[in-house]
Amino acid sequence: MEIGSMVAVTLVQIAVVMGVVLLTVAYMTYAERKVLSFMQDRLGPMEVGPWGLLQPIADGLKLFFKEDIIPSGANKIIFAVAPIICLVPALIGFAVIPYNGSFTLFGLEGGGVISDLNVGLLYIFAVAGMGAYGVILGGWASNSKYAFLGGLRSAAQIISYELAMGFSIVGVLLLSGSLSLVTVTEAQAGTWFGFIPQWNIFLQPVAFVAYVIAAVAETNRLPFDMPEAESELVAGFFTEYSGMRFSLFFLAEYGNMILVSCLASILFLGGYKAPLPILEFIPGFVWLALKTWALLFFFIWIRGTYPRVRFDQLMKFGWKVLIPVTLANLLVTALGVYIYNN
Amino acid sequence: MREFFVTTEFVPTDYLPVLIFFLIAGGFGFVTMIAGRFVRPQVSYREKLLPYECGAPPISDARQPFPMRYYIIAMLFVLFDIEAVFMYPWAVVFNQIGLYGLVEMLLFITILVIGYVYAWGKGALEWD
Repeated sequence: MEIGSMVAVTLVQIAVVMGVVLLTVAYMTYAERKVLSFMQDRLGPMEVGPWGLLQPIADGLKLFFKEDIIPSGANKIIFAVAPIICLVPALIGFAVIPYNGSFTLFGLEGGGVISDLNVGLLYIFAVAGMGAYGVILGGWASNSKYAFLGGLRSAAQIISYELAMGFSIVGVLLLSGSLSLVTVTEAQAGTWFGFIPQWNIFLQPVAFVAYVIAAVAETNRLPFDMPEAESELVAGFFTEYSGMRFSLFFLAEYGNMILVSCLASILFLGGYKAPLPILEFIPGFVWLALKTWALLFFFIWIRGTYPRVRFDQLMKFGWKVLIPVTLANLLVTALGVYIYNN
Repeated sequence: MREFFVTTEFVPTDYLPVLIFFLIAGGFGFVTMIAGRFVRPQVSYREKLLPYECGAPPISDARQPFPMRYYIIAMLFVLFDIEAVFMYPWAVVFNQIGLYGLVEMLLFITILVIGYVYAWGKGALEWD
């Protein structure tokens, strides 16, 4: 493909992907409030628009017009760029997420992914790791005790659960033999006995559970939301942030949630593949969206169900339970793959 | 210049979209922040700019010494994360290297587990 048309296709894809992600973030905040409300026998936002449907737009506009306060004693430059350092990794991770099979639109060929890197998974982990810098820099630069403690805790939590996440994925790699997310998805095509989709979740149930737990902890969500435990740390690392900078942190948090859910549906639930051959007339991106939304609903559900754990329990669980379990799962998978191949 | 990008063998072509995405995402962050400058109020006084400490005037600097544990966790993370990254290429080529790869990885994980048990025994994973 020529360089010009390649850039054009890329720009269109980025615009669409970013638009969908930001829209999902906006309506994820709405869905979260609504679902939690219904779980608690309330109605949730009802005032702005029908059933409160315009609430996210009102919230966004409000934050846009709010004063930007930089506390005295803060390191101004780091304080100012920390939200961007947090947001950019959460967004560019989507560059390697395959949202559809190859297709042709207006005579231009699209691969269904912005860039099919041959090291896609490693890229996502490398980029997601950068997000921790934004958190810890934001917490440190605020010159506030709550923000500082929140930043430290958050960084410790993110790196601890990143290990379990990394180990749990190796099992999937053993099955698909590639780091490219397109290949991983394509390896899950077809069915067993005509009705069970060949998804990795059926071969790697332990890895899936470990991945989901690690994903919840990675994104600092309840019941693992130590860094922002409202009752003790006010708001954690973004205590001092206001207005647009606050909303960028918020976007990053929800963007990360969508990214790990997308990744879970690609690695374990067949990505854009339809579960049954009969359902293949429905386009791939609809399937990916349905699977991702189901996981996002699960995130809200556990928030509404479980109480917060203590920080020492959280670290203990990550290091003493999840890591041994995922390592054992990896060895069992390797043995299984070896025996199956011979 | 054109051949430079068009060659399929040359991997950086795949990274061009990533670079564009990076610039757009970063630009999005900066533009929303700078655009807000023209519409939002900017009325600051001393009390408003104080770091939040439950309403009382803040005591001492926030950047105080913090527990060693965070350093230990960070060091352990670096060690184990390198191991994890080492397993990725192994997992990708596992079907081609067969028994040799399996035994090698068993040895590797044994060494890893020895270090893990040592850290556990030394109390590096405790948080009380």
